[in-house]
Amino acid sequence: MLGYLIRRFLSALFAIWVVITVTFIFMHLIPGGPFQTEKAIPEAIKENIEARYKLDQPLHIQYLDYLGNVVRGDLGPSYKYRGQTVNDIISERFPVSLQLGLLTFVIAIVLGVGAGIIAALYQGRTPDYITMFFSTIGISVPSFILGTLLMYVFAFRLGLLPAAMWGTPQHVIMPAVALAGLPTAFIARLTRSSMLDVLNQDYMRTALAKGLSRLRIIWVHAVKNAIIPVITYSGPLLAAILTGSFIVENIFAVPGLGKHFVTSIYNRDYTVILGLTIFYSILLIGLNMFVDFAYTLIDPRIKLTGGKE
Amino acid sequence: MKKLSFVVLVLLIGLALIVGGCGGDGGTTDDGTTDGDEEASGEEMVFRYNVGTEPETMDPHLSTGIPEATIMLQIYEGLTRLNEDGLPEPAIAETIDVSDDGLVYTFHLRDGLVWSNGEALTAEDFEKSWKRVLNPELAADYAYMLWYIKGAEAYNSGEGSVDDVMVTALDEKTLEVTLEAPTSFFTSLVAFKTYYPLYQPAIEEDPEGWHTSADTIVGNGPFKLVSWEQGQMEFVPNENYYDAEAVILDRIMFAMVENESTELTMFETGEIDMTHTVPGQEIPRLEETGELHILPYLGTYYYIFQIEEPPLDDVNVRKALTLAIDREVIVENVTQGGQLPAYAYVPYGIPEPDGVDFREKGGDFFSYDIEEAQRLLAEAGYPGGEGFPSVEILYNTSEMHKMIAEAIQEMWKQNLGIENVTLTNQEWGVYLDTRDEGAFQIARAGWIGDYLDPYTFIDMWMTGSGNNNSRFSNEEYDSLLKDVRMTDDDVARMEMMHRLEEILMEEMPVCPIYYYTDPIMIKDYVKGYVNIATGGKDFKATYIEK
Repeated sequence: MLGYLIRRFLSALFAIWVVITVTFIFMHLIPGGPFQTEKAIPEAIKENIEARYKLDQPLHIQYLDYLGNVVRGDLGPSYKYRGQTVNDIISERFPVSLQLGLLTFVIAIVLGVGAGIIAALYQGRTPDYITMFFSTIGISVPSFILGTLLMYVFAFRLGLLPAAMWGTPQHVIMPAVALAGLPTAFIARLTRSSMLDVLNQDYMRTALAKGLSRLRIIWVHAVKNAIIPVITYSGPLLAAILTGSFIVENIFAVPGLGKHFVTSIYNRDYTVILGLTIFYSILLIGLNMFVDFAYTLIDPRIKLTGGKE
Repeated sequence: MKKLSFVVLVLLIGLALIVGGCGGDGGTTDDGTTDGDEEASGEEMVFRYNVGTEPETMDPHLSTGIPEATIMLQIYEGLTRLNEDGLPEPAIAETIDVSDDGLVYTFHLRDGLVWSNGEALTAEDFEKSWKRVLNPELAADYAYMLWYIKGAEAYNSGEGSVDDVMVTALDEKTLEVTLEAPTSFFTSLVAFKTYYPLYQPAIEEDPEGWHTSADTIVGNGPFKLVSWEQGQMEFVPNENYYDAEAVILDRIMFAMVENESTELTMFETGEIDMTHTVPGQEIPRLEETGELHILPYLGTYYYIFQIEEPPLDDVNVRKALTLAIDREVIVENVTQGGQLPAYAYVPYGIPEPDGVDFREKGGDFFSYDIEEAQRLLAEAGYPGGEGFPSVEILYNTSEMHKMIAEAIQEMWKQNLGIENVTLTNQEWGVYLDTRDEGAFQIARAGWIGDYLDPYTFIDMWMTGSGNNNSRFSNEEYDSLLKDVRMTDDDVARMEMMHRLEEILMEEMPVCPIYYYTDPIMIKDYVKGYVNIATGGKDFKATYIEK
């Protein structure tokens, strides 16, 4: 087990190094730079700025400096948001994305798994059709349409919720629902199909023959087996929604992290691009590891060993 | 055991919801300001504005944007403050003496000036602050706004010494500045944020981060920033402001909503009193509400011709293309934001010394004239558009730029018979690179004036200027520009600039399309705001009258 952990950790480090290197190269391949403006600034001032941020150094020096700083946990200053460091940006905005993301995640898991189970149990009957109808809509309606629609109904028409901004529990509701639409629908479909698989297994008939109650069979034998694909999906899903969504944050003016994933690239804000990519990689790798551990809790057939996986 | 683990997992997720979903929410808003019911809770007069985005920086010396300008206008004040007409009025400086040759400015500060924390504000604060802007290590983008001061450019470029920068605090209340050349708009320049005084002890304590928190920002303007969190800023009157009696509002809230439709919804539900823009396609509907205001904005939208390569190296081609554009159609049917068709380069809104608007005096240089355009094109050797090589219009990716380019493409086809005009769009950074390299034929561009003087539009077409993407070069133009910089005769100076614009329109390296406007929504009960045409809104004397 310990050997396995060490190996996972080393391979994660390697993966992060690859991510940094590839991002660094691609980032510098894009034309333009962080201090470009429509109003050209005098050459002398451009030189001052480049010297200040060490952008006048050769690229390989910048790369090595950056790696050194990352090892020390310093992701560098933002070029666009002067006075703020990338660490500041993440520590200020990640808590917002975390609150929104966790609520979204819980909505998606609870509603998605619930709807999937019901659909599978009533396969080919009305509840199945209803849930599958809504899950098709959920998958095909993009979050910005759902978000705009929610805002129109609940803020503009009914005046029940504030249209946008952040700070009170009411502000979280609409963006969370808008974000949860797609993963809920996807999880519902995933749960349904894997439930149907499980329900057709021989051991289900055995369990029934043993005289177990229907509820117990479904909960203990079916759901627990059917949930494994959902857990596999939830690692990357959680990483994705915890780091925020550009579109939903934009519509509801949520001061989360998602905006910076997109605008940093437009702004050629090199340190923010790299810092967020590293942050996302760590989150993704960490959550995938967590998912692997979760398997062992749920399915005794899966074991994490030091040997071959 | 296994059952238990599953239950634990579910519980953990549930716990995460409770901790994560609700944990940080307590105590962030004190009195439910989002519900729009502040009148019920007291007599407090609150004004809510959407500044449109999060500020890139709160350091006035480093900031370059318009949202930042609006924020800074509430919490800082320069030697002068611009009024509604864009003209400077005495502010921190009570009186200003100018030497006869127009080179030496002596600013006499008011009595008893203090910072928002009660400490004394002196002329030395200005001297130190301006020298800070020019310090090459600060690397301020807008440091060149101070290059008018003698010795400033040399120090900022790393060649001169800080001691040779000719700004001196003669005593606590007197600031003397010597300029490189007479600069008649210097009294407007000192109202600009790059010229604001900053509270030095805060900077010395934390040079990088002093401006990142409301607690460490010390200002000298009508309001002070009390909080900046969760995408919202809150200001209250600065009781230490010398003109505190003129401030009526009890509180200002700035939202930072970027999405235009969301902003409009918030305006319509009463969550904000003023927007920073409006979605273009909504303008016809919003006009009927009476709350849409089309404010002046000192800027021109134009196309640049790269004049080194054929066919655009021929002035007749450039003129033909310019004359064949129906600008009325573009502003009325495409942009729809109350923009004005541009038949010259410098926009409306710049008063000359005699008070007459520069544009009105200069008049139009051309009109929408298909026949003349066709004649010019024939003269260039392409009668009826025959044999005209293919040309490409470059724009940065945006739906609006695309629609304008399509309209112009169609007009050139209809009016001139030019069939092979292609459109290409590039992402912002790539587009700027392409423009700098001159690797285009026709490119869209826009220019917003930095200060209220035609020079901010005219000087960029100097040979070799970093903004001269057209690669225009004209000897008369360059020498006249030099004269404009050197003269201390305001009237002759304006005449020279009219002549400069005339040369520009004769040579046509640039094809003006429209003058920008600033369409925003304002509730009827909002009174006393000042719109600065070069960007920014001043809420010093704003009040709510319901």
